[in-house]
Amino acid sequence: MNILLDGRPEEALRIHAYMLRGGYQGLKRARQTPPQQVIEEIKSSGLRGRGGAGFPTGLKLSFIPQQEDTPRYIICNLDEGEPGTYKDRTLCEHVPHKLVEGLAICAYAIQATQAFIYCRAEYPYLVDVLKQAINQAKQENLLENLDIELRMGAGAYVCGEESALIESIEGHRGNPRFKPPYPAGQGLWQQPTVVLNVETLCNVPFILREGADAFSSVGTPDYPGTKLITLNGDVEHRGCFEVTTGTPIKEIIETVGGGVRQGRALKAIQVGGSSGGFLKASQIDTPLDFAALQKAGGSLGSGAILVLDETRDMVDLCFNIADFYRKESCGKCLPCREGCYRGWQIIRKIQQHQANQQDVENLFLLLDVMKETALCGLGQSFYLPIQSCITLFEEEFQAKLRTEVGGGERIS
Amino acid sequence: MPFDHFLTRRILKSTYVCEVKILAGEAGTDYKPLIEPYRQMRGGIIEALHALMRAYHFIPPKALKDLAKAFRMTEAEVYGVASFYSYFTTKEQGAYVIRVCRSAPCHLENAQGVMELLEKELGIHAGQTTEDGKFTLEWTECVGQCAHAPVYTINREPVTEPKNVFSEQIPLLLEQLRQN
Repeated sequence: MNILLDGRPEEALRIHAYMLRGGYQGLKRARQTPPQQVIEEIKSSGLRGRGGAGFPTGLKLSFIPQQEDTPRYIICNLDEGEPGTYKDRTLCEHVPHKLVEGLAICAYAIQATQAFIYCRAEYPYLVDVLKQAINQAKQENLLENLDIELRMGAGAYVCGEESALIESIEGHRGNPRFKPPYPAGQGLWQQPTVVLNVETLCNVPFILREGADAFSSVGTPDYPGTKLITLNGDVEHRGCFEVTTGTPIKEIIETVGGGVRQGRALKAIQVGGSSGGFLKASQIDTPLDFAALQKAGGSLGSGAILVLDETRDMVDLCFNIADFYRKESCGKCLPCREGCYRGWQIIRKIQQHQANQQDVENLFLLLDVMKETALCGLGQSFYLPIQSCITLFEEEFQAKLRTEVGGGERIS
Repeated sequence: MPFDHFLTRRILKSTYVCEVKILAGEAGTDYKPLIEPYRQMRGGIIEALHALMRAYHFIPPKALKDLAKAFRMTEAEVYGVASFYSYFTTKEQGAYVIRVCRSAPCHLENAQGVMELLEKELGIHAGQTTEDGKFTLEWTECVGQCAHAPVYTINREPVTEPKNVFSEQIPLLLEQLRQN
């Protein structure tokens, strides 16, 4: 079932073709009902944020105070920095009008007249596409009093975190804020703000057009709808695909992905990009669902699926992930700034056959502390990939450890 | 596998790659006209920095002072913003900035080999600029082209697929860019 990717890419900027497919009818329907009811409709659809955290979208919109005199903002998060993820780029290239419509519906729901699209610096080619789509919608008088402004990021993974993104639009360093206050109360320029992922927004037109029930009947009850996944690594067919939630990952790899490349055996998968947990080959019956993946020790995250065949070196990959975190930590809070660096150091030591068992224990202690105390999702999510990688592939890590006693010191 | 000949054409036609006329940022240069359009925009400093990067490929020291005045910030704050983001730099860069992706999907497809090849071709190491000021080579994180890993970008225009990235045509492409 295609809720999101239903258009041909060559028709991306033909607004009339989009309208013939039912485009902008959701917006029309939304405007015929009071804003509060639009929020209720999204709430009852069960739509949850597609950026990674999975927060219920309707609930997020309902946190915006209702009185009309204060300015409020809606921001579309097009800063998909998660390694292995390019679903938002695909959506902007294929169905830019869906994004504009979703943005207009949510703006109406919270009575915002100013919207921002925060596009990451790596996607300069999307700027033209989005500007054209916005202009076409304006020419058709679809946006009424809504102004959509495009802002460019400048290369910072942490700016995908909503409060860091807000800081960046304000013209500051992209450091996350302490919460509370949450953006719904004091966001952009201290005004009520809602930040939504591109994929989340692209789901909204369908909900308003076909009704909440039509949406919630697709996929699993807990995380209804479809999910865009980006299949990478050792599969025959890589790419961005739309999958109904609840589909077993095994089926995705075998049917959509065409199986593991060169007929090799599957070793592991990592769902959710570099901040997601690893799953062993024996766990790939797990359905593509938020709760089920969490239960299995992974996460759905952004929907990136990295497939690893039997030849892959897990210690090397683990080091690569730690290196990513070390470079992308913004440095605002100590647990992440120092923790990512120390964690990276220990994993490098393991890779160079210099570490012993005590180092590994220290690493786990460090991961626990970071998970509990880091300021934002970046530092907290360092835990999952590293911990799951070392736990699931213990023998590979053990093989690289020094056995003699002494050397590493206990840090607690 | 054959090299994708559209690639050379795409790279050479790309507005991000070729509409680069790097201006020399010198001590006496007045950066205010470039900054002016963004002065009234809330949070416009990021856009102003982008404009400076487009024109000079780096943020010259005097531009930091001009930005501070225009946006009523301290120079330290401006430097803080300019140094935070990886696409802004206060160090001079080449006309073509080549960024090799090192995130997990590209790492698995031999990103290290891609970097070594480019290092050999350009005669510089990651993080350096060629003496003629034409090329800067550096590592970057995911550029969102993982289906076609390994990937590098030339002034943000992606070069993808092993057949292109490791092609014998790459030195020719680099030479064409050098002559440009």
